[in-house]
Amino acid sequence: MIRLLWAVIALVWAQIAAADTMRLAVTTSFENSGLADVLVPAIKEDLDLDVQLLVVGTGQALRLGQSGDVDAILVHSKTAEIDFVTQGHGSHRREIMYNDFVVIGPVADAASISGASGAEDAFARIAVAQVPFVSRGDNSGTHKAELAIWQRAGIDTNATLEWYQSVGAGMGAALNTAAGLNAYVLSDRASWLNFGNKDGLALLYSGDPALFNQYAFIAVNPSKNAHVRNDLAILLETWLTSTRAADLINAYTINDETLFVFNATPQ
Amino acid sequence: MSAQFPLTLNNVLVRRQGKTVLGPVDHVLNAKGATIIIGPNGSGKTTLLRVMHGIERTTGGQVTWAQDDPAKHAFVFQTPIVMRRSVAKNLAYPLELLRVSKDEIAASVDHWLARIGLERSRNSPATRLSGGERQKLAIARALIRQPDVLFLDEPCASLDGHATREIEHLLKEVASAGTRLVMATHDMGQARRLANDLVFLLDGKIHETGSADALFAAPATAELAAFLRGDIVT
Amino acid sequence: MIEILDGLKEAFRLVLGFDEELLEISLRSLRVTLSALLIASVIAIPLGTYLAVQRFRYRRIVISMINALMGLPPVVVGLVVYIMLSRSGPFGVLNLLFTPTAMIIAQVIIITPVIASIAHQSMRELWAEYHDLLISLNTTKRQRILTLIYDGRRNLLTAALAGFGRAIGEVGAIMIVGGNIDHVTRVLTTAIALETGKGDFALALGLGFVLIGLAIFVNIAIHTLSRTEREGLW
Repeated sequence: MIRLLWAVIALVWAQIAAADTMRLAVTTSFENSGLADVLVPAIKEDLDLDVQLLVVGTGQALRLGQSGDVDAILVHSKTAEIDFVTQGHGSHRREIMYNDFVVIGPVADAASISGASGAEDAFARIAVAQVPFVSRGDNSGTHKAELAIWQRAGIDTNATLEWYQSVGAGMGAALNTAAGLNAYVLSDRASWLNFGNKDGLALLYSGDPALFNQYAFIAVNPSKNAHVRNDLAILLETWLTSTRAADLINAYTINDETLFVFNATPQ
Repeated sequence: MSAQFPLTLNNVLVRRQGKTVLGPVDHVLNAKGATIIIGPNGSGKTTLLRVMHGIERTTGGQVTWAQDDPAKHAFVFQTPIVMRRSVAKNLAYPLELLRVSKDEIAASVDHWLARIGLERSRNSPATRLSGGERQKLAIARALIRQPDVLFLDEPCASLDGHATREIEHLLKEVASAGTRLVMATHDMGQARRLANDLVFLLDGKIHETGSADALFAAPATAELAAFLRGDIVT
Repeated sequence: MIEILDGLKEAFRLVLGFDEELLEISLRSLRVTLSALLIASVIAIPLGTYLAVQRFRYRRIVISMINALMGLPPVVVGLVVYIMLSRSGPFGVLNLLFTPTAMIIAQVIIITPVIASIAHQSMRELWAEYHDLLISLNTTKRQRILTLIYDGRRNLLTAALAGFGRAIGEVGAIMIVGGNIDHVTRVLTTAIALETGKGDFALALGLGFVLIGLAIFVNIAIHTLSRTEREGLW
């Protein structure tokens, strides 16, 4: 028994050899899409580079980049990204691909948004019907996209609205909450398709170009944080904009549905 | 034999929360014999013993050893304090503190286990011993440093006759081997059996003191006479 | 209810299938938490014992602070450690952020007050029991603390295991300072949070059951190594 325990202790403290590694902050929605499980091994194969993913909200991703705690970020919130670059935290912004947001809601669709003419119309119908809506409420890219639609629909979500629930959580948690409350929620398509607890929910509206969700890659500015591995970040950027990446991204499907459209412009 | 004696108590006073529990007391303890402290409950027996041993702070006066060596006086409490370890390790503990060599400790432990008849319990938890065995263990543990003087605070108070007899036998042996005994008791029979000198405490003061034979035969004060008769004295 | 059954099935599938990734994150969980436990115990046990033995001016305040720190939200600890270890923070040059070491640091901060507080409680009781004996044997402070730790080792083990329980199940702090990086800092609890986020409740629950099993295994293993249950009373 004691010998066995020692063996376990030895095993527990055994170290794993470290290879050439860089850290990339990505958003929860990107991780939930499962695309990373395709891209990361391909990067390792092509570049012999270990990409360590930090899966966080957009706000935290930008903060990690600002402190130099990651070497690059891959997020989807254009305004915040442009600010990030303007403030000198990143050298430049490179668009890689987009997917789209979808409106999820109870199968019964009490607000009948499935017949909406556009994203704004769908949101307006929810507001009129006063049916529960779950908001991420966490300053993430998805949250910001949602707020922009409400604004265009002319609805002030800062006002006290009985039916508007801000949960301050990630995509999965927000979907779980929506399932529990039988509520509407804005999600990225990938998270929705991979979500395991669909219980009573269905995809009710999608397709408006206003719901397109652009992902961009920003290498953290090495002149502000001398220790960041800018060389590796640039290597990764080149790979992400290559035809090899384009093929992998465009070919990625869940349940036979394409999720991402590669739209990087080669340099 | 001992350079520690005499132990001199000069005008010793102990007050607690505004009440005098002991003193003023003047007394001189010489190197030989067995002194028994008697007196009614609350008369200060325990406090006097603790003051002499140095584990109770005094409010006034001096307690002076001719040459103090704390390792050379030991204390046995009314309720034996048994450490949560084996019988043998309980005995070894005071010697380990003094960094005595392992061989010497083992020899001493063997010697005392035999003397208190607990060889068989050597490795069992001391907390499993009976009341009498615990007190024998506590006494042996106090004696293992070969102290010049052993203070005992009513060590047989809660023990049956058999255990009391064994302990008295042990105490007589160590006394005749030269260890100074100072013991409080409320058992007058025990006092007669063990005492060379008697200290009678009343209300925190030494009311009467002298050789045991003389005092038992002819108490000088009415209070001691009454106390020895078994009357309630306050 | 069906989901709990699914979770159990998933747990069996993972364990019986010797899932390589499960083994990896389980071992990492153990490595991080046992390291944190060792470091926290080395700090907290002597501290808790010292607070039981020593009276000093701000003792009550220190004890109250430790008790209050037991309720420290792990997320706050995580944030503070993050800020300290961030490249733009004071210890950024050590390059510890998003490593198992950072997770160990956060867990040490979380469980040291837990262990110290529970250790202090039980050491206070033992000190009350031993006080007179250790004073009468003229022990030094160091000797008192070491004696209490040795004789109270069973209670201290309970304190340490409480710390282990809190650390192995902790997610808020290690998520922030470890980053839940696959193959680097992903442990059982952060994997559970991740799978819950993906809505894969069966896998999340399965990992949860594995975590419980692991905690039970460690408790039994530590008791076996220390043989506390075999020797009966202590």
